[in-house]
Amino acid sequence: MDFFVQVLIDGLMNGAIYGLVAAGLSLIWGVMDVINFAHGEFLMVAMYTCYWIGMLVGLDPLFSWVLTGAFLFFLSAGSYKFIVRRSIGKAAMAPLLATFGLSIFLKNFCLNRFTPNFRLLSGTSLEGKVTHIFGAIVSQPKLVTAIFSLVMLCVLHYMIKKTRIGRAIQATAMDREAAELMGVDTERIFTLVFGIGGMCVGIAGGFMTSYLAVFPEVGALFSLIAFVVVALGGFGSIPGALCAALLIGLVESFAGFYIAPVMKYVAVFALYLAVVLVRPKGLFGW
Amino acid sequence: MSDVILRVSNISCYYGQMQAVKDMSLEVRRGEIVAIIGANGAGKSTLMKSIAGLVAPRRGTIEFEGAKITGAPANRLIRKGISYVPEGRRLFANLSVRENLELGAFVEKDNKKIKDRLDEIFELFPILKEREHQRAHTMSGGEQQMCAIARGLMSAPKLLMLDELSLGLMPSLVEKVMESVVAINKKGVSILLVEQMVQEALEISARGYVAQVGRIVREGTAKELLDSDEVRRAYMGM
Repeated sequence: MDFFVQVLIDGLMNGAIYGLVAAGLSLIWGVMDVINFAHGEFLMVAMYTCYWIGMLVGLDPLFSWVLTGAFLFFLSAGSYKFIVRRSIGKAAMAPLLATFGLSIFLKNFCLNRFTPNFRLLSGTSLEGKVTHIFGAIVSQPKLVTAIFSLVMLCVLHYMIKKTRIGRAIQATAMDREAAELMGVDTERIFTLVFGIGGMCVGIAGGFMTSYLAVFPEVGALFSLIAFVVVALGGFGSIPGALCAALLIGLVESFAGFYIAPVMKYVAVFALYLAVVLVRPKGLFGW
Repeated sequence: MSDVILRVSNISCYYGQMQAVKDMSLEVRRGEIVAIIGANGAGKSTLMKSIAGLVAPRRGTIEFEGAKITGAPANRLIRKGISYVPEGRRLFANLSVRENLELGAFVEKDNKKIKDRLDEIFELFPILKEREHQRAHTMSGGEQQMCAIARGLMSAPKLLMLDELSLGLMPSLVEKVMESVVAINKKGVSILLVEQMVQEALEISARGYVAQVGRIVREGTAKELLDSDEVRRAYMGM
């Protein structure tokens, strides 16, 4: 019973974090029909940013996530404005290759500057602290990251559904030309959406640095899982992304514990294949 | 002579190599209803899109209220008072009628004004009040068309451009929609419309232009065009 609760909570925490990482990807995909292959690398950059802020200035990830979030917003919006935008409306593969190129650049840049070594930010305020929930031992840094991911997802969802700018984002996603006719500057919406997408991983990455080691390849697995989450959750749907992410987190955690640790990603991707075969638009897609 | 609100001079538009609009000119005077009629592929919609800012003309100029607007993007033009209701309605399908209308007033930041306009619109189209919280795509074609016109009005435009209003509507509805166009015009909005239902369109218009394979081949008062044998034969099957 104790193990069950432990595995359940681990799964839910991972799921919530995957949710925030995937939300940015889902939003960009849903609004612009662009697959951002550099998404995982943005996460990696966010983690390095947080790591170096922690190392050089001594600022704890509990606070520096604000900076990494802002930095990634501008990095991502800038990549749209200067790189991705030029590839849209050309050959169908062009935006895909542009973001893929960006991901290779970012990865190799960090490899070159920071070596392939794992770096763990030590001396953070929550380091090694645990909380006991129903007999389960829960790592505090991870719990804080998960809770904050959920909060961010709610804020994002509220922003899209209820605010004026959120309406404009929805309208742009549904029919760009019609949105333009309503007076929405859709080019600015695209830049904003890319920025928000980056900000999601910026914030997620910022918090994750408090318990996860940083290395140039760290984004790969997360982006792969984010793609699965987006495909399961339906493109552009934040609640869909969250549900799918929690599901993935649980499957990973339960398969890892009750079958075998090496099987956890097999279970995740098998689930993905099954859903895509049965319901190609995803569990919650429109 | 009443003053000209929109003047299009010798514009040409291309899609790649294909020229869709060849040297077209027209004008709309303040308070007028003007119809552009013609068959499919005559370049009518492209002409409308170039006025609305969705297609940039390669040659020629477009002036609105005396200022040059050639090549300005659509999201700017609606702020100047040009509202375009596109062919096929293009409602935001997953949003409610209310949300669609509110998006129509996206350029207006004063909530009080938006509220007033909503009331005005619900008076003009009572059916939309009933459907307020329904998703746009669940309504009938006629209701959707009214919603599209209403959305176009929410920015309180000076010039309302209506593209193929009658498309997919049954005849009795076409008449109803045309009546509401007249009602809108009476409130002081100038109207430019593109129609394949030639008779219905000319009956409510002051003047008309006949478009044929990318050119304006004829212009005149609505009455002249309605009485012209050529127009009657070509477009009304008489």
